[in-house]
Amino acid sequence: MNSNLLILPAIVPFVFALVMLWLRGREGAARYLALLSGVIQSIVAALLFKLVLSEGTQTLEIGGWEAPFGITFVADLLSASLALVTSFVSLAIALYISVEKDEPITHPFTLPLLQLLLSSVYGAFLTGDLFNLFVWFEVMLITSFVLLSFGDAKQAIGGAIKYVLLNLVSSVLFLTAIGLLYGKTGTLNFAHIAARVGHLSNEPLLIGAATLLFCAFSIKAALFPVHFWLPASYHHTPAFVSATFGGLLTKVGVYAMIRTFTLVFPLQGTWLQTALWIISIATMLFGVLGAASQMNFRRILSFHIISQIGYMTLGLALWSPLALSAAVFYLLHHIIAKTNLFLFGGLAARLCGSDDLRKQGGLYSSHLPTAILFLIPALSLAGMPPLSGFFAKLLVLQAALEAHSLISVICMLLVGLATMYSMIKIWSEAFWKPAPADAVRPSNRTPSAGAYLGVAYLALFTVFIGVGAGYVFPICERIAGELLDQGCYIHAVLGER
Amino acid sequence: MIIASFIGLLYIAGFYLLLRRSLVRAAIGALLLGHAANLLIFVSGGLSAGAPIIREGEDSLISPYPDPLPQALVLTAIVIGLGVSAYLLALIHRTAEIAGGDDMDDLKEEE
Repeated sequence: MNSNLLILPAIVPFVFALVMLWLRGREGAARYLALLSGVIQSIVAALLFKLVLSEGTQTLEIGGWEAPFGITFVADLLSASLALVTSFVSLAIALYISVEKDEPITHPFTLPLLQLLLSSVYGAFLTGDLFNLFVWFEVMLITSFVLLSFGDAKQAIGGAIKYVLLNLVSSVLFLTAIGLLYGKTGTLNFAHIAARVGHLSNEPLLIGAATLLFCAFSIKAALFPVHFWLPASYHHTPAFVSATFGGLLTKVGVYAMIRTFTLVFPLQGTWLQTALWIISIATMLFGVLGAASQMNFRRILSFHIISQIGYMTLGLALWSPLALSAAVFYLLHHIIAKTNLFLFGGLAARLCGSDDLRKQGGLYSSHLPTAILFLIPALSLAGMPPLSGFFAKLLVLQAALEAHSLISVICMLLVGLATMYSMIKIWSEAFWKPAPADAVRPSNRTPSAGAYLGVAYLALFTVFIGVGAGYVFPICERIAGELLDQGCYIHAVLGER
Repeated sequence: MIIASFIGLLYIAGFYLLLRRSLVRAAIGALLLGHAANLLIFVSGGLSAGAPIIREGEDSLISPYPDPLPQALVLTAIVIGLGVSAYLLALIHRTAEIAGGDDMDDLKEEE
């Protein structure tokens, strides 16, 4: 059962971050190291995925301390597939920045910090311990804080302040919940808590802890009333950094939510389920409406992260095998498509010299391949067949129909339409309309092979998840089955005890 | 009981300060909240005054003794909190340099 493969995805980027820090100032080397790190992560994550797919849930007891006493790493199919998708994102971003002249790196610490961020994302996906999850969250937060505040602009700092304060509140709520849970159950191992909570349901302290965890993860995932930190901060960072943030950070919150509220506190039939349902609908609507009023490429995308998060949590709130597999499918599709769109945002800004859609234009006539590649993730996000987003939306829709939740169905269709509107707005402003006459264009307007490879690599997966949905969906179904059967996870971690 | 009310008070004060417009107050609020959460975890291990965990002349634990794990957790949380507060103070200093004040309204986006 013990396999060291589980810890490797978190270790590899960490080691590379250290080497990069040691090579400080030699950026060319750091870019190649990021590429190498991405390749190794992909191999390790693919091996882990294959192992979990064929042999079921894997665990690693760190330092040989038996669960539930030590820290346990657990890779069930959900964790393993998220780690795999993260490694794709990591490699695509490394490809995107691989060519020197294209993407100036504003600060020598950017690349090492990005590796540390990836390390913490893997750690959060793979850990099986609540406090350990908190620690990975903190590593993720501190690295993202620093990456955010490299900008000099007043707005960048303002965005960073909002991000930092709100996420600190989230950490405190998380920590409080840990305190309460430990006081009540005397353990922090996910499986062990789950096994013990089973006997003590309806205990006020546990309901309190569950609610606190719910609030903490809502902030991390940018759900409706606490979503405003996200669009205030993401678009001030360099494109490849905001692509990593947009693709991964909120999704770790969603993952934590899925894990906690299927395994430890099953959501079904509690008032939190209703709350999550209402919040999801509100998140979808407000996110998409916020996007409609924006004219900044990456700000539109930031608002769309929020609305798409709503779809995933809606899947969790509907609580059926189909709804959960839809949520997981959505999660996998969204990480890839959103990262790719943010990279395109950076590409368009680089080619036009501005992030503002009003000042962009004419990319269709001047850069046809970029335009065509952009269409893949954009149409996928809007839900056009046969791309990944279509199946993701279709599955959530089916789950809502199955649950006879008419309001969800109507909202989902409306939000889908509004998403299409946003993507068309970006397309017509940045790509189709002629370049504005007074636009100042940068002198070098050829995107490098590295940038093309990066976005094409991710577009390939978007197409694959869509066309190969027949292969991906059964995996999601299996994940949903594992999530709904708490006993299987508990057994894998604690054995026969 | 006293400790529980004290922790509650820390939470109240922390959230109150966090909601102020002044950034320095918000930072102090965040610190108080951190302390409150740390104390809460500490208390969750059980409190027993006076005795060391292994008493003189004994070679094993005698109940009642506090659970040592929350203390380890709190140490971790304190270390993380230290790093975060250092970062937060640096960020506020930087904000004051750029925006010329510590009022959150100075940072409104002009768009």
